[in-house]
Amino acid sequence: MRVVLGEDLVLLREGLIRLLTAYDFEVVEAVDNGPSLLRALVTHRPDVAVVDVRMPPTFTDEGLRAAIEARRQLPGLPVLVLSQYVEQLYARELMSDRNGGVGYLLKDRVSQVGQFVEAIRRVAGGGTAMDPEVISQLLATKPEPLGRLTPREREVLGLMAEGRSNVAIASRLFISENAVGKHTNNIFSKLGLPPSEDDNRRVRAVIAYLDA
Amino acid sequence: MMTTAATRRVGRLPLLGWSFIFTVYSLLGIALIILMTVSSLLLVLTVGLPLVVGFAYSIRGYNDVYRLWAGHILDRTVIRPYRPTPKGNLVSRLRAIGADPATYRDYAWLWVNVVLGFAISIVSLALFAGAIFYFIKPGLVQFVPDGVFDMYIGPVTISRTENTMLYWVPALISFGLWWWLSPKMMVGYARLAAVMLGISERARLSQRVDALASSRAETVGTQAAELRRIERDLHDGAQARLVALGMSLGMAEEMLSNNPAVAQELLTEARQSTSLALSELRDLVRGIHPPVLSDRGLTGGIQALAIGSPLQVQVDVSLPERLPAPVESAAYFAVAEVLTNAAKHSGATEAWVRARHVRGSLSVLVGDDGRGGVVQDTAGGLHGIERRLSAFDGTMHISSPAGGPTIISIELPCVPE
Repeated sequence: MRVVLGEDLVLLREGLIRLLTAYDFEVVEAVDNGPSLLRALVTHRPDVAVVDVRMPPTFTDEGLRAAIEARRQLPGLPVLVLSQYVEQLYARELMSDRNGGVGYLLKDRVSQVGQFVEAIRRVAGGGTAMDPEVISQLLATKPEPLGRLTPREREVLGLMAEGRSNVAIASRLFISENAVGKHTNNIFSKLGLPPSEDDNRRVRAVIAYLDA
Repeated sequence: MMTTAATRRVGRLPLLGWSFIFTVYSLLGIALIILMTVSSLLLVLTVGLPLVVGFAYSIRGYNDVYRLWAGHILDRTVIRPYRPTPKGNLVSRLRAIGADPATYRDYAWLWVNVVLGFAISIVSLALFAGAIFYFIKPGLVQFVPDGVFDMYIGPVTISRTENTMLYWVPALISFGLWWWLSPKMMVGYARLAAVMLGISERARLSQRVDALASSRAETVGTQAAELRRIERDLHDGAQARLVALGMSLGMAEEMLSNNPAVAQELLTEARQSTSLALSELRDLVRGIHPPVLSDRGLTGGIQALAIGSPLQVQVDVSLPERLPAPVESAAYFAVAEVLTNAAKHSGATEAWVRARHVRGSLSVLVGDDGRGGVVQDTAGGLHGIERRLSAFDGTMHISSPAGGPTIISIELPCVPE
């Protein structure tokens, strides 16, 4: 799987390259600033991009902006954003083109190597990987329209937003896969998402969640 | 700085309107002079006491009109020079009013205004009216008998039968005089009003020194407390965790060859330790300077606060690129505190934030639809905001009638970067 990496700290960049290579990813280019990142993404069209939010030249949200711009030019380009902190504003911006394949994780999550690699694969496959911290912040604030969900349904939606499959959710909550399916259907109907062939309803539920 | 301040370009026609108003308004001053003088005499019979206090306030209000007007013409603020009056009984109020030099300057202004203000307004009006009169006079004379409106200027006689158009000469002169003189008189008069009714330079400077001294003391105190908090958080949090981390790793190193199972456990522990240390550092950084503020400035910061708030927050922010970082930070924390308060205590479901940068000053309004009745005590968060703002000469104003709504306005002088 081909990866473009954007990270300005040498130590972290080298570490990530080593980690990704160990798990059979091919790092086609690793860059350390926003403009080069955009260029690299557009020329290589990787299977997934792993991007740090804060990068030169401005040391603000350069990486995030480059990723959003790249997704505008190459719709659906899977991007996993890493950051020292989570900001709901950024999570929304990232998902605003409603085109799957995004992730937004705290840098700390890199240390749980297995889960981190799984998250990259999920994003590359068009899924989502939201940091549990984003989810818990969302649950702590805006009650509507999530107020209509039962606590169990919220738990399921939270895990769904992190990007987990029904099987994973079932094992995590110690319930049957059937029960998870029932909960997800309830969630879809309560959030007003009718069944359709074209849309990934799981992604749309997460977006509805972020828009709440 | 005060005397060289640029004057606004004010049209002559609005000035004409002002002249009209001032002829009447300056005469009103005579009434105040008489009332004040009479009630001062009545002071001997104590009945004068409430009258003097009452009329002193009326004079202040009367003169406020000139302050506003002069401020408008000179394009700056003419500050009310009064010392704060005590809340106590009439006698202590009278003492305070009597001890305030601004009271006497107010009174002096009434006299000046009755004479000079009236004169200037009347001259300006008369010149303009004269110009109009002579301009239409050639038409006018057709309706009066011969000889009535005849005018003799030296050897020249202007009459309706001969050289009527010559009436336009005095019209032109009158108009020219008005055109040239009226702005000069009005601006000069506005300057005089600003000097007499504004705060004297000396008083202004001494007030400023007092304000700066107290705001500096508060800033230093707040900063020191903040540094102590950061030091304590680092010492008890991240530093301790890193020590524990080193220990776990050291032990794991020892165990690796002879007891891999325990080593693995220790490594897991070490990894969890780094996560905790990081989240503590994150909270600490957020408390010092929220990253979103560095990234996106105050606009992004307020948007992020709105998203994070349990209330439905409408954001209407229109600011220049970036403001100085300390100002952004002070305003951000103020808005954060106000929104938190609103969510916790007001019972509101909706709130709004409006921020603008006008005339060298950042102004932020935060309102909610809660039950109002905010009280500001010295221990509360709102007082903390005020102290933080005072370091930048910023001010906070609370409007919160019982039953709501609550609107808190913040003003911070600053120039964009």
